[in-house]
Amino acid sequence: QLPTGLYKKVLVILHDSVLPYMNEPTLMMDFLTVAYGIGGAISLLALNGLFILIHQHNLEYPDFYKKLYSLLDPSIYHVKYRARFFHLTDLFLSSSHLPAYLVAAFIKRLSRLALTAPPEALLMVIPFICNLFRRHPACRVLVHRPGGPADMSEDPYVMEEEEPSESRALESSLWEIQSLQNHYHPDVAKAAAVLNQSLSEMEDDISGLLELSVYELFDKEVKKKAVDVPLEFEQVRGLFGKKNDIFAEHFSLD
Amino acid sequence: SNPFEVKVNRQKFDILGRKTKNDVGLPGVSRSKAIKKRNQTLLKEYKEREKTNVFKDKRFGEYNTKITPEEKMIRRFALERQQNYGKKNIYNLNEDEELTHYGQSLAEIEKLNDIVDSDSDTEERGTLSAELTAAHFGGGGGLLRKKVSSEQQDEEEEKPKSRKELIEEMIAKSKQEKQERQTRRESALELTEKLDKDWKEIQTLIARKTPKSERKDKEVEKPKPDEYDMIVRELGFEMKAKPSERLKTEEELAKEEQARLQKLEADRLRRMRGINEQANKKRPSHMSADDLADGFILDKDDRRLLSYKDGKINIENEEEKEEEEGEEEEEEEGEEEDDNEEESQEESAGEDEEDDAADSHSDLESDLESEEEAAGNKEGKKHKANENESQNVEKLDPKSEAAKSELPYTFAVPESYETFKSLLAGRTVEQQLVILERVQKCNHPSLAVGNKAKLEKLFGFLLEYIGELATLDLPELRTIDKLVLPLYNLCQMFPEAASDSIKFILRDAAHDLEEVIEVKGRAAFPGLDTLIYLKIISLLFPTSDFWHPVVTPAFMYMSQLLTKCRITTLQDVIKGLFICCLFLEYVSLSKRFVPELINFLLGVLHISLPKNQAQGYTVVHPFTPVGKNLELLFVCDKEDLKSWEKQNVPLSIVTRLKETSKTEINHIRLSCLALCFDLIKKCAALYESLPSFHEIMHPVRILLTQHVPVNEYPEKMQEWYHSALKELENKVKHYTPLICEKKKPVPLKQYTPKIVKVLEFGRKQAGSKKEQERKQLIQRHKRELKGAIREIRKDNQYLARMQLSEIMERDSARKRKVKELLGSLATQEGEWKAMKRKKWKS
Repeated sequence: QLPTGLYKKVLVILHDSVLPYMNEPTLMMDFLTVAYGIGGAISLLALNGLFILIHQHNLEYPDFYKKLYSLLDPSIYHVKYRARFFHLTDLFLSSSHLPAYLVAAFIKRLSRLALTAPPEALLMVIPFICNLFRRHPACRVLVHRPGGPADMSEDPYVMEEEEPSESRALESSLWEIQSLQNHYHPDVAKAAAVLNQSLSEMEDDISGLLELSVYELFDKEVKKKAVDVPLEFEQVRGLFGKKNDIFAEHFSLD
Repeated sequence: SNPFEVKVNRQKFDILGRKTKNDVGLPGVSRSKAIKKRNQTLLKEYKEREKTNVFKDKRFGEYNTKITPEEKMIRRFALERQQNYGKKNIYNLNEDEELTHYGQSLAEIEKLNDIVDSDSDTEERGTLSAELTAAHFGGGGGLLRKKVSSEQQDEEEEKPKSRKELIEEMIAKSKQEKQERQTRRESALELTEKLDKDWKEIQTLIARKTPKSERKDKEVEKPKPDEYDMIVRELGFEMKAKPSERLKTEEELAKEEQARLQKLEADRLRRMRGINEQANKKRPSHMSADDLADGFILDKDDRRLLSYKDGKINIENEEEKEEEEGEEEEEEEGEEEDDNEEESQEESAGEDEEDDAADSHSDLESDLESEEEAAGNKEGKKHKANENESQNVEKLDPKSEAAKSELPYTFAVPESYETFKSLLAGRTVEQQLVILERVQKCNHPSLAVGNKAKLEKLFGFLLEYIGELATLDLPELRTIDKLVLPLYNLCQMFPEAASDSIKFILRDAAHDLEEVIEVKGRAAFPGLDTLIYLKIISLLFPTSDFWHPVVTPAFMYMSQLLTKCRITTLQDVIKGLFICCLFLEYVSLSKRFVPELINFLLGVLHISLPKNQAQGYTVVHPFTPVGKNLELLFVCDKEDLKSWEKQNVPLSIVTRLKETSKTEINHIRLSCLALCFDLIKKCAALYESLPSFHEIMHPVRILLTQHVPVNEYPEKMQEWYHSALKELENKVKHYTPLICEKKKPVPLKQYTPKIVKVLEFGRKQAGSKKEQERKQLIQRHKRELKGAIREIRKDNQYLARMQLSEIMERDSARKRKVKELLGSLATQEGEWKAMKRKKWKS
């Protein structure tokens, strides 16, 4: 087998530099399937080639969505190939013939993982989830369940379940997004609050959001012009002089 | 008039009640009128078209019909005299100076001395009235006339002529009389004043002798007319003058302060929720310049009242605790104050000052200070000052200020960072504070125009200086701790400039980070100065706002630090934990969710475990399940575990980890772990209300319950651990299904008929009032234009007619002349022929 670095390099260029020039692209089938099965970043990268095979060469891939579902873990929001992965996931989930339970499971898992995501990923994934709701109106019970039980002691969704059909996602609600309405970044909080209202008909364009970086966000915030600057009214009494200052408990100025 | 000259405008329909102006026209009349008018204006112009000279009559009142001819003559005469008056005296220099007394020339007074003094009717007075009578009635008694005639016979002859002169004389004399009366009145006034004075002198004598019944009333005032009276009156005046400046009681002050703080707090809450209300954006009231000047007293008030406020507002978490603490603080402060008062009293006793103890001691102290400065005995002062400093260093004590009297009192604002540094170089912290305060006071923006920009620069310098202090090999954090105060004051004065300079620093830091990440792929944590800056931001700006120009970028930057910076050493862990503390502090009021914070704490717990643990959780970037930074906080030495005591982590470690023994490093590791436990506990308390609290804390809980080797930890650490775990486990699981907010039904579009009032038929009424006015104006303009064109046309016709008639006149005159000439020639010829015939005949 190939070393990891080379593996990644090959997979990155495979879909647009290798596959189109092959007489029998289906020969790559085994290679890609193996790569897809490895897990982690390599699986993410193998997705692209697999997609071409499935889409243009009639490759039948059993349990494709199950595999995709299991690819979702906390690192997807942090890895370098985030944009590519979400672009493909968007493609895979764009079909309106997918069963509701599957899409709901994806939505629920993505939003559960979003609880550990950095703001730039959140700004991308929330519109992504909104788009899924638009494509699959049957999933809207996740944000709107008027006749449901008043109080539950447990989230019905089972995170550890490998099989999307048995994750009971459709019985759950998107409490994660509700939590994100309290996110410290104002744009994330606003984006999350969109789900409180019923959604508009038009899908959001997320292609611009895929490549978003923290530095861009930071730059945008710094360049905003403020009309006036609110000030702290509590009188300063030294570096750690605030009331109940956490620092005073654990750090000393020496 | 003649019915043939009348033109009738026939109406097609007769309408009842309509009044028409132009029923009947009189073309003949109007034409003649127009011609007449043109004769007067246009014709005149036409005739004078080649003449440039104009005749102007400048005689007085020539065209004024309102003045009678006689009056006109008089005025003209007066004018002439006025004109001539100045001319006469051109070369007579002394004539202008006229000495006056009470607005009356002295020369005249001398002349008429007799008249002024004489009260009775003298002959001269008689003559005056006689002259009057003469003027009005053309002469009176014979005696007078005789006199006059005897005096001046010539005048008599000229009498009928010089009537005007007479009148003038009369006027002059009446004026004199007026002046006399005035002088008399003034002298009378003087006399009465004199009389008053005399009366006052006597009055006191009389008052002494008034009977007792009357004296009782006056007893209050009279016995000591000097001091007591004065005091009473002064008091009265004072009461009247400043009813509003009454010293407020402490309760009132407290109430006011509380109201102010409540308002500020409400404002803060509004910003926290991100409600945009441009209308009631308010600045803190203590931004005014005056407040800064006497920050000494305000400082104290703020402290006490803030503890009230916190007790009230932070009801949800640990209300009781806080209140207790607040009370403690109050007590402490009370003690402090007591101390101060005692001191001041002692000192005042030393100075032999007899003042009320009720006076606020700050006043007293400042008084003392000034006195001492005047006295200039520095030795004793320094001693006292040192004592004071040791007692409460926090405050800017006037004593210490006095002690630094060798510092100059005025400072120019440094123009560059180098001069700023040299200004503070070699001074102690207190001296630096005094210098900064004096720089601020001497260059207050209200004193000169350019001061604002200078002081704004000063903020930047101070920030830079703090950064430099923090990057020193041995960071002077104590100094920074003090320097935060002037920084805060400057920030309150110039929020925009302060936010700009802090943003600048943040941008630089973020830029550096981004560059390093792009080049190397990973970055290291920044230095202590950046951490200090982030901490200062939380002191200067409200971190609970939904969006804030400074705080939001700071959030972004900290998030970047926690996710992008790799963790390889113990210092990195400490820095990371410092940033975690910052995050917690930033969101302590707003309770906003920070995923990076939880991730990082999870990672810190992860690296405190021995390797090869069974995983039930996933750590994310910058921590990895396998790799170099594992076991960074892992302590296995039993001895070190036992001897550990919880200690505060000194921040200087961040820049320079001393070559300490392994035991000490292990102790620091354990302290970090304890800090981590505490932070987890605080996070749990903070995020309790989030709907997916359990999901957020799930990995942390698994790690705590399943992997942490609790039993190996010392007892203190176990306490930390259990309190954190308790906070996590204690929460009820509570889920309610989400329900969308109900959309407001959008009303159907309806087309209601438009109703327009019809005031009068047959008139155009479309459009609004404005439109109507515009139409009216356009119509009027059209009408005027038409009229003007018609008039001009008629003028031209008239002029052409005039020219034609002129030409005809000229032609006819020529014809006549030619005829005449021909006639005369014919007669000449005839005569000549007749002569010829005669000659022939004869």
